[in-house]
Amino acid sequence: METVPLSHYLMLSATLFVIGIVGVLIRRNVIVVFMSIEIMLNAVNISLIAFDNYMNLSSGQIFSFMVMCVAAAEVSVGLAIIIALHRNKPTVNLDEFNLLKW
Amino acid sequence: MELLIFYPLAGFCVVLALGVVFNNSPVGSALALIGMMLGLAGIFILQQAHFIAILQIIIYAGAIMVLFMFVIMLLNLKKGDDAGWIARERNLLLSVLTGLLAVGILYKISDVLFTAKMDTPATLPDTFGTVAVIGETLFTDFVLPFEVASILLLAAMVGAVVLAKTKLD
Repeated sequence: METVPLSHYLMLSATLFVIGIVGVLIRRNVIVVFMSIEIMLNAVNISLIAFDNYMNLSSGQIFSFMVMCVAAAEVSVGLAIIIALHRNKPTVNLDEFNLLKW
Repeated sequence: MELLIFYPLAGFCVVLALGVVFNNSPVGSALALIGMMLGLAGIFILQQAHFIAILQIIIYAGAIMVLFMFVIMLLNLKKGDDAGWIARERNLLLSVLTGLLAVGILYKISDVLFTAKMDTPATLPDTFGTVAVIGETLFTDFVLPFEVASILLLAAMVGAVVLAKTKLD
């Protein structure tokens, strides 16, 4: 049976990662920037699992499990920070959060 | 068969990821992200990683995206609340340089990928990626990371409550 080569999975992963980077760089909405970070984490998971499948390991899947744990923790804390910021300054535009700038 | 499923699914994921970045309304972005994560779960199933695919649906498409939707509704965001994807003028040079860097990285990665010798995949046992195998690895070789992850999640839970509760002053 014809199977998809590993490099195509890695290309998908790299493409999604670059899309995530672009999202973080060009968008000014805090929530969308946060979602782009999630895209990048998912892109990394693809390559971890592709290598796992290629080499018949289990550790890559454990690693992507850990990535999901960290993503869940990051999202809960990050969204709490966004809510706290929004309470302090009612906007979601990243350019207006310049309180820490000197 | 794998080819027939993989390429449409990969295209679907890439289009939806672009949809997340280039959508004006945050709710639309969140919906596109949910679709992308479901597509990625399909790709994980294609790679025989069933357990991770289920986790992807439960944790990402379920829990995390519900949290995102919840916050979007809570903040009552409207369309075009930000200035779109216009580069700020004083950062124009930096933006262009970073974009070039990203494109260069993508080019280099694809260059390496298509010249590397990666055409001898291992033969997989039938049990690859099942809950039993993953659970066994998790509780033998990776017990300490597992415990650390549980402490991390506890800390995140407490941190989220504290941050969302108190006023930032």
